[in-house]
Amino acid sequence: MIIKGKVWKYGDNVNTDEIIPARYLNTSDSKQLAEHCMEDIDLDFAKRVNKGDIVVALKNFGCGSSREHAPLALKTLGISCIIATSFARIFYRNAFNIGLLLIESDEASEDIEKDNLIEIYLDKNCINNLTKNKTYSINPIPEFMQNMINSGGLMKYIRNKMVEN
Amino acid sequence: MKQTITEKILSERLGKEVNPKELIEINVDIALGNDITAPLAIREIEKLGLKEVFDPEKIVLVPDHFTPNKDIKSAQQAKILRDFAKKYNIKHYFEIGQMGVEHALLPEQGIVVPGDVIIGADSHTCTYGAMGAFATGVGSTDLAAAMVSGKCWLRVPESMKFIFYGKLNPWVGGKDLILYTISQIGVDGALYCAMEFAGEVINGLSMADRFTICNMAIEAGAKNGIIAADKTTQDYIHKRAQRNYIFYADDEGANYKEIYEFDVSKIEPQVAFPYLPSNCKPASEATDIYIDQVVIGSCTNGRIEDLRIAASILKNKRIHAEVRLIVIPATQNIYLEALNEGLIEIFIKAGAVVSTPTCGPCLGGHMGVLAKGERCVATTNRNFIGRMGDVESEVYLANPAIAAVSAILGRIGMPEEEE
Repeated sequence: MIIKGKVWKYGDNVNTDEIIPARYLNTSDSKQLAEHCMEDIDLDFAKRVNKGDIVVALKNFGCGSSREHAPLALKTLGISCIIATSFARIFYRNAFNIGLLLIESDEASEDIEKDNLIEIYLDKNCINNLTKNKTYSINPIPEFMQNMINSGGLMKYIRNKMVEN
Repeated sequence: MKQTITEKILSERLGKEVNPKELIEINVDIALGNDITAPLAIREIEKLGLKEVFDPEKIVLVPDHFTPNKDIKSAQQAKILRDFAKKYNIKHYFEIGQMGVEHALLPEQGIVVPGDVIIGADSHTCTYGAMGAFATGVGSTDLAAAMVSGKCWLRVPESMKFIFYGKLNPWVGGKDLILYTISQIGVDGALYCAMEFAGEVINGLSMADRFTICNMAIEAGAKNGIIAADKTTQDYIHKRAQRNYIFYADDEGANYKEIYEFDVSKIEPQVAFPYLPSNCKPASEATDIYIDQVVIGSCTNGRIEDLRIAASILKNKRIHAEVRLIVIPATQNIYLEALNEGLIEIFIKAGAVVSTPTCGPCLGGHMGVLAKGERCVATTNRNFIGRMGDVESEVYLANPAIAAVSAILGRIGMPEEEE
């Protein structure tokens, strides 16, 4: 699987109140949520993001509330992957549970800059930065997480299991 | 192998010894959702077209965030819970009138008990660790999966131990101990880990203080917070418990990723400045912060003990003319208790509004949203950008005593200033 996209770059501790402010959580409609994604820290994001774009951030991305609306809003906007130094744990499980890919990498997170064009090769465990002409190696995604991504999230995985039984 | 409390609970449940970092699939005792997180889960379940859920007695639905419904959209969300609860015979559904802030409500009602494995689609589910249970926050899809399968996938956390010793200073409570701890290790200082709280100081704390401490484990990135159950736990739970319970203790020589020891005699009442719960200063060094609003309540500090502390400071006093004080008892029982003890009268005479239980202002939902440039001292748990309202508003986290006295002074202050 190759993922290619333009980068939106953020810093440490991007929290779920910033990804989707609670004042908009009176709906679970993913399109309505997506319109307000990141607006408290980046008004351009929801307006200008393109399908396939990639978010790169530093440590503890997605900290705070357990709201799955946060990864859902990012996924709905077309974000194909989030790369960070580290992820908050509930955000991490929520993203994989809904089939949104996350990659933890110190080197890539620190070196990649806003608007860089990057390619992610999961089979080769590396990221190419086409803008900077650099390659970063990444740790393999755990098998359990890969299976979840491949089946399109946890519920589809469970649904498949129920059909089998 | 010698095990920590968290490892013991998970091992016993799984029927085999677990190791830190191992991925497991585990049966849960309780799966919790609220009016924000449950609608997404329910939508997933409806897609499956099931006639029944795994176990209607193990599901808890509490519409507490935007309730009493703040607008039409919120009313629709709450209705999704109500309809689902009716259709699937969910035993623990709490309508307005019985409803309270979920993490105060579930222990009070004895729905969660020591030794349990609890997941909740709310990050502060870690609160129940205060009873010696394994409790962790998850997302809506996890909640959906648990509602249909009774199971949840987890990575066994490494444990970190926090030992508190020494004599507590006046006005220092659970809130100050956890804020201080987060300020020492940072908002990702316990990422993916279990935070175990122990020592002579913890042993001497009330359940209310213990709940406050475990409640904010998530603010250090932890998977769960946990305190070994003891006599205090027993006194709290034995009349409430709806199920049998088990007390677990860690083994002598269990493996901890890190052990911290804090001398509490050096800890003063804390205030977390915007925009992170780790951004703490002693309250005595924050007395130049002028404020517009004070909120006393939430899953962190909305229990009867918290209201008693606030009332002891507000008794026969008036709050500052330019401050709005909002007091929110966390459950109906707490509200009634406060009423019977005369606390509500003290609050109203002091110039406060007293609200029905709701998470409301904590997350900038309703019942006390801040305007641009406004500042609030809150006994809540988060002070992120825009958390309680406008992006340019500010939240300062503190304990109920500091919050109450700040309402009188019109700025952050110490209780001694009003004695």
